[in-house]
Amino acid sequence: MATDPFEAIKATYFLECEELLADLERHVMALESGDADSDTLHAAFRAVHSIKGGAGAFGLEDLVRFAHVFETFMDELRSGRKPCSEQAVRVMLAASDVLADHVAAARGSNAALDHARVAHVVADLEALTAGTAPSAPGALAAAAPEPDGPAPDEFGFTPVAFDFGLGDAPAEPQGWRIHFKPHPRLLETGNDPALILRELARLGPCDVTLDDRDLPGVDVLEDGAFHLAWDIVLNAAPPETAVREVFEFVDGFCDLVIAPLGAEAEAEPVAALIEAPSDPVFATAPIQMEAASAPAPARAAEPAASAKPAAGGGGGGGTAGAAPSQTSIRVDLDRIDKLINVVGELVIQQAMLAQSVVESGLARSSAVSVGLEDLEQLTREIQESVMAIRAQPVKAVFQRMPRLVREVAELTGKSVRLVTEGEGTEVDKTVIDRLAEPITHMIRNAIDHGLEDPDARRRAGKDPEGVIRLAALHRSGRIVIEVSDDGRGINRDRVRAIAVERGLIAADAPLTNEEIDNLIFLPGFSTASTVSDISGRGVGMDVVKRSIQQLGGRISIASTPGKGSTFTMSLPLTLAVLDGMVVEAGGQTLLAPLSAVVESFTPKAADLHRIGPTETLIRFRDRFLPLIDTAAALGFPAAPMQQSGARGIAIVVESEGGMQAALRVDGIHGQRQVVIKSLETNYTKVDGVSAATILGDGRVALILDVDALLSLGKRAGTPADLRLAS
Amino acid sequence: MTTITSPEQNRELMAFRAGGQEFCVDIMTIREIRGWSPATPLPRTPSYVRGVINLRGAILPIVDLSARLGLGACEPDGRHVIMVVQIGERAVGLLVEAVSEILIISPAEVQPAPEIASDDMKSLIRGIVPRDSRLLSILDVHLLLPEVNAEAA
Repeated sequence: MATDPFEAIKATYFLECEELLADLERHVMALESGDADSDTLHAAFRAVHSIKGGAGAFGLEDLVRFAHVFETFMDELRSGRKPCSEQAVRVMLAASDVLADHVAAARGSNAALDHARVAHVVADLEALTAGTAPSAPGALAAAAPEPDGPAPDEFGFTPVAFDFGLGDAPAEPQGWRIHFKPHPRLLETGNDPALILRELARLGPCDVTLDDRDLPGVDVLEDGAFHLAWDIVLNAAPPETAVREVFEFVDGFCDLVIAPLGAEAEAEPVAALIEAPSDPVFATAPIQMEAASAPAPARAAEPAASAKPAAGGGGGGGTAGAAPSQTSIRVDLDRIDKLINVVGELVIQQAMLAQSVVESGLARSSAVSVGLEDLEQLTREIQESVMAIRAQPVKAVFQRMPRLVREVAELTGKSVRLVTEGEGTEVDKTVIDRLAEPITHMIRNAIDHGLEDPDARRRAGKDPEGVIRLAALHRSGRIVIEVSDDGRGINRDRVRAIAVERGLIAADAPLTNEEIDNLIFLPGFSTASTVSDISGRGVGMDVVKRSIQQLGGRISIASTPGKGSTFTMSLPLTLAVLDGMVVEAGGQTLLAPLSAVVESFTPKAADLHRIGPTETLIRFRDRFLPLIDTAAALGFPAAPMQQSGARGIAIVVESEGGMQAALRVDGIHGQRQVVIKSLETNYTKVDGVSAATILGDGRVALILDVDALLSLGKRAGTPADLRLAS
Repeated sequence: MTTITSPEQNRELMAFRAGGQEFCVDIMTIREIRGWSPATPLPRTPSYVRGVINLRGAILPIVDLSARLGLGACEPDGRHVIMVVQIGERAVGLLVEAVSEILIISPAEVQPAPEIASDDMKSLIRGIVPRDSRLLSILDVHLLLPEVNAEAA
């Protein structure tokens, strides 16, 4: 399956689609917010065109069909035949969504294609395309069919060449004469001349002649060489750009001569053209044409650059600037992971070597010691560079949000402005991939529950337009993401009432404001009295909290009544490393993930209370938590708790489900950041252990799986129980 | 008693000692041989899994072969070695007393494992090879870790 080269190419195609869809959305957004120029349209068009091109190669018919309708419409806009009105942009936004859905469907995701929506958007696109071409009937009569997909008659009018403003294009060519000689490289890159010719035939009736003059005898035929060429007479008059687009993906991999048909006598034999490449007259003509058509692709890269200064400035997502096009390569993540592993090991080896040198009693000024110091610096630099390979700006996630905001705003009838900050903040790709869901949910929540409707805002003396702020920043080796609104803030009385009603807290539980605010993270809590389509769907903030905890992160809320709320998530920069507390239990060095640690303290004998035959509770801030002996839970030999009395240290931990308990350990040796190593690579999952890591001395230490430990400790309980216990 | 066969059919086996007995495994399954270093014990694992060590950044489980074969747990010292073997996608370290030599064995030399062998042993032995006065058991490393085997199936 994975070894099928075709599948691999397809996977790459879908990866590209993701990027292209993001580009498309960004450009359409730019159109919407008004800070776009004609280049933006071209860039958007190219994104759709590229998706269509790939889809055609893979035979993804539905996708091709839709992309084609979309592309046709955009072609109208970019040629200036049709104004880029507000309505047009709205339809393009919807079409971008549907295109993304099509890609997802082609990719085999579970999300079924909403055919009604697709039909609706297609109808809109076609209506706009047709409705704004008053001269269409005339054009239809004059020219051959428009380039199109499987349904030729639905958009039977012709883009006319002079509309493109490409001054050098001949006024009214009757057709095109094309000489196409693929280089071997064209085939090596996976292109198929037959597909290209087929694509060309969509522009109109073609007379294709195979030129096999260069074909040597079988005896000298070389493997890997390519000797064929084709002469094509296209008996239709699409604009030259349309013809060139067919060859867009093989640009530079072939000799291509495109000349208007009307220039010579129509009856001129194709044979005359065969000489074209070597004929100076013909050779210069195509060069001029290329010069004429070149600006379009070149300009495509510009909007990114021009949008850059506006990036982070707020406003719509349209200002999310892309980096100017840089050379980049696609590398399999596995390869990078391997590199990161090896570099991690290099760092450890280097530290061990340095330790040995110190132990050998060499002077600090010795050449070996000095050399080692340099090596250490280099090693660190390598490590940082390698980690940076995986780091990506959070922009990839942030730029999906403006659409979400608009959609939710429309559904709720609220007026919302999204302000984004720190889109350039970088974080590991694995983290990025999993950020979208919690952020999406938090923004939905902020609009649905946080912001008031415009009337209420007016009454409260606020701007009727609510502001959602989405910000990212680095803070002490972690990435912090904040979602804040300027809405009504958390209605603590109501939250409390609901929590009591749902049995989550006791009616008379004494809770601080902060504790009340955090009740919304409890499983089963939702303040919406009706399960709305927006933030409802049966999931609440507890799901958000859990998905963030799975990333080794934490979430908190700060709310001021009447002023708004701020959700703050703090996440590690990469999933490959973990902040851990180094502890000792049962003679072993273990790591407790810091994200699960609430607090640690040395309990007094009076803090411990036996309950039942085996269980021990520990007093922690006027609450009693089950105390779990770490070594015993892991099956390591350990002194029984009662014998050790109050010795040892209690670490209060919180499971992903919000359950708190205390782990007893023999000692704490500080905190450190460690590289996570899977146990499953060479072994199997081990209960109570989530992974392993390698310490500075080269030894393996196990990372505790707090959730599993709590259940290994055979304590059941919910946060509510714990609260009730107080 | 040794029949001459074509070299293609001969197998190269690595001979080693564990639990006081001699064994051999297909040399192609061996990735490397390294000295013993203390392993970090894993909780709740079979007693023959001594724990994990750091093999150039990878976490390598160590199986005490003697214990696995029911020959008693090994008390490793500096002379013991770890044979790193490849089992499917995974690498596993086998703790053994010593590796001795590489044997080239023709199929005719291999005799089926006798019925008398204990269950533990029987399930892991692919055959026996008499050599001079010695007797070596051919071990199938793929069956050493039951859970690994189950997942590979």
